[in-house]
Amino acid sequence: MDYGDSPEEGAFRDRLRRWLTEDRSWSSASSTDDEYWTRQASWHTALFEAGFFALAWPKKWGGQELHHTFEVIVDEELARAGAPPKPSLGYLIQGISRFGSEELCDRFIPGLISGRDRWCQGFSEPDAGSDLASLQTTAVLDGDEYVIEGHKIWTSYSDVAEWCLLLARTDPDVPKHRGLSVFAIPMNQSGIEQRPLRMINGVSNEFGQVTFDGARVTAENLIGEPGQGWALAMTIVAFERQPAELGYVARYAKTVSELEGDVRSDPDSTRREIAEHIAWAHVQSEMLRLHVCRRLSERLDDPDGGVHGSIDKLLMTWTEQSVGQAARHAAGSATSQAGGDSRLGTYLYSRSQSVMGGTSQIQKNIIATRVLGLPSN
Amino acid sequence: MDTRLSSEQQALVDVARRLTERLGPDGVVSLDDDDRVARLDQATTEAGWRRLRDDDGDGRPLASGVEAGIVASALGQALGDTALFGPLLAADLLRRVGIDAPGAFTVALVPELSSLAVADAGRLPAAVAVDALGATSALALLPDDGGFALAAVPIAGTERSFDLTRWVSSIPAGTELEEIAGSRTLTGDDILEVEAFALSLASADLVGIMRGALELTVDYAKSRQQFETPIGAFQAVQHLLAEAKTLLEGSISVSQHASWAVDALDAGEAREAAAVAKAYCARAAIEVCEVAVQVHGGYGNTWECMAHVYLRRALLSVSLFGDDGVQLAFLAARRMGV
Repeated sequence: MDYGDSPEEGAFRDRLRRWLTEDRSWSSASSTDDEYWTRQASWHTALFEAGFFALAWPKKWGGQELHHTFEVIVDEELARAGAPPKPSLGYLIQGISRFGSEELCDRFIPGLISGRDRWCQGFSEPDAGSDLASLQTTAVLDGDEYVIEGHKIWTSYSDVAEWCLLLARTDPDVPKHRGLSVFAIPMNQSGIEQRPLRMINGVSNEFGQVTFDGARVTAENLIGEPGQGWALAMTIVAFERQPAELGYVARYAKTVSELEGDVRSDPDSTRREIAEHIAWAHVQSEMLRLHVCRRLSERLDDPDGGVHGSIDKLLMTWTEQSVGQAARHAAGSATSQAGGDSRLGTYLYSRSQSVMGGTSQIQKNIIATRVLGLPSN
Repeated sequence: MDTRLSSEQQALVDVARRLTERLGPDGVVSLDDDDRVARLDQATTEAGWRRLRDDDGDGRPLASGVEAGIVASALGQALGDTALFGPLLAADLLRRVGIDAPGAFTVALVPELSSLAVADAGRLPAAVAVDALGATSALALLPDDGGFALAAVPIAGTERSFDLTRWVSSIPAGTELEEIAGSRTLTGDDILEVEAFALSLASADLVGIMRGALELTVDYAKSRQQFETPIGAFQAVQHLLAEAKTLLEGSISVSQHASWAVDALDAGEAREAAAVAKAYCARAAIEVCEVAVQVHGGYGNTWECMAHVYLRRALLSVSLFGDDGVQLAFLAARRMGV
């Protein structure tokens, strides 16, 4: 057991640390601000070009063929420098690479990794949230194209995306889980309309709503086989639930360190309880960092990461919400100011973590039945 | 970075689990089985587990914090009613002052159990010798020229503590000390490192307790029927157990790191890692043990059900070298100057 850096890891960490000191073009905005989402594309490109993004993927796709544990170093160093977290895209690649043909992977993954092509994920619908398989968006074959009708919501980055990974019903006559397929559909076409979804903290650049009205996608862009959509979607959400894929560890550590910094600069005016809420947020954030170290090390034995996704999602949620609570306590009377302050924004945003990517209640159902082996009801 | 256990460490996990499962109590009645307790004590001695922090001849411990944590966790899981924490800490202290003292030692803590007892003007204030089964004396700190020397106080009789699986002995105020003539004194960093080791052991013990309590409770939820249905099929019960399992997994991650940090990081970093682990595991273990009592229902609130034995052991381990509140205050002071 070793949490320390190997010589290769140490050299990588030094290189990253130097780069973060020299290249200060990154914005210090956090992903709970609109500014972050606006500048995310240039941050993605900068990270990729400097060799600090998509570390574990094959070189032919623009990756580095390093072990997943290097991702922990990226998260740690970004947080240490106060830089934004890395873009959360790994789970899309996990899904496409496991189901797509070699030709499709070679076509789509390099642009996804380099940031040349921006992607969004069209899964949730207004009437299909936790019960995702009941979704109603349809894809009907017309010649060598599918025609798409439907409405997606909670579509991250839909405002800037060139491509959408779309989950749609291709067969209405089979049980609901079996009639779904996944497509890579171009967003820039007349049959697609996108409008922003404003979150409770006011941020409107992260999520969108997308309507498909006669949008078209070539049958060649179907990923996997028709009817494999549910399995592909579940692969993606399983990875989307893993803090290791998302890089959120850096976001939490950064927020905690900012809250700590505020107290350190004026310890006498800080009530003891507030400092202890922040200390607890630090405990949770450290727990998640160490948990990611453990999970990524386990991938040396089991590249698929086993059935732990739901446990990790719940740990990530508890961490984010502990950080949110610390921010709320630290914000104190800022509730009386017009617009509040960024700490209240952090708190409000944290409430969505127990819903996004699968509610905490769904995660607990999965843990109870699939991990603990309790009987289904 | 590779946080997986080595094959030797995995083998130790297997041996420790087998031995403690075989010789630990299998019900409240067996807690009073003196022959079994004696067999567990003897097996623990023969396995050398209380000697893991002895001097290896070069001033280093025979085994790292990781191996010590593995054994502590196995004992916690099996509710192993034998001494480990006290003798291991005593060995760690004795090694640091450079002597190989014969005798069965544990440590003397302040009455709140949050730190090692410190003598004042050659006399010890009231203290508690924890984990005292089989010990004949307890180690306390003796201020010495800016650092600390070690002193021994004799233990006069032990009794089972509130935690039914471990024994304590009260040391009255003013008990006379016998200084142990070591070749060096303990520095501030030594104290931080000893605290880090103590907290990592307590955290590992709590991880074991959570594993044991959760296993007991999941089994019960699968077999206990109400409304002609196993109670584990009800979502309300499932969610309690899912939360408990998740708390256990988070606890494993912080506890393993703290055990590794004992010998791998510098004193201050190891002590912070230990505070993180202890704060997390303390809150998690109380929650998990309370879920164990709740899911066992009426039976869970009887003496006969083992759930309270886990809860009691958790309460003592939570107190050892400071509970979650103490650790958060430590982190707040260190990281924010509050």
